[in-house]
Amino acid sequence: MIIVHVVVTALLGTGVFFAMVGSIGLLRFPDFYTRLHATGKCDTLGAGLVILGAMVYHFFQYPETLLVPAKLAFLILFIFIANPTATHAIMKAAYKTGVEPWRLGEERR
Amino acid sequence: MRKGEKWFGLLFTFCVMAVFWVLLSGIFDAFHLISGLVCCAIVAIISRDLLVNGKSENKLLKSLRLIMYIPWELWQIVLANIDVAYRVLHPKMPIDPLIIEFETILRGELSLLTLANSITLTPGTITLLVEPERGKFWVHAIAKEPAHALLVDQTMQRKVAHVFMET
Repeated sequence: MIIVHVVVTALLGTGVFFAMVGSIGLLRFPDFYTRLHATGKCDTLGAGLVILGAMVYHFFQYPETLLVPAKLAFLILFIFIANPTATHAIMKAAYKTGVEPWRLGEERR
Repeated sequence: MRKGEKWFGLLFTFCVMAVFWVLLSGIFDAFHLISGLVCCAIVAIISRDLLVNGKSENKLLKSLRLIMYIPWELWQIVLANIDVAYRVLHPKMPIDPLIIEFETILRGELSLLTLANSITLTPGTITLLVEPERGKFWVHAIAKEPAHALLVDQTMQRKVAHVFMET
């Protein structure tokens, strides 16, 4: 049981770390497009790892209800499809309405 | 659409719906199962050509290759996150954004979608625009190296083309 707890803690910790890096990137990066780089990628893996941790915990703690980990697995699948698609949609909207990309050496916006 | 394709689409949609019903309801008595199957049949008849449109061949082989492609993609996602974490946490913030464009040989809807989402999830690049007629991509890269990987190595384009057999 202790191994399960260690694994779950590691998964949750890594997930929270990546979610935090995404947030820091949102604050530090200079413009719209680079900020989306931080949030679009880190949130996908961060949320995925947190859900994976919940899955492992539930699988070993309550083995009688196996449907819950299966539902969580589908949650991961949908996040991994929806997140890049949404990022791409926001990017495309910004590009079409003429948001200028930041180049090296410019003032941050 | 040929007749076999039609039945395949119908059956496939029905099976996916039924699995989802059982998964989400979690109740296994006769009433719930039968009402669920009836609903699945109705939905499958109405919307069978949404999930499977019968243009392409070799669906089984393509699905198999797609499943083989997913672990590589997951590994790329982990690399992408470490890359972004490095750039975010580095005190000097080593970024040099640029927009690149390139053409691919891909034309199918599903293959373009897969490549666009893969580009977004892999290190340092996000798809800006896709033009399906010429298979042309506009990509925003956060630095020179990821742009270089897409333009010169073209590993990802070749892998996606291999999955959907559009080489």
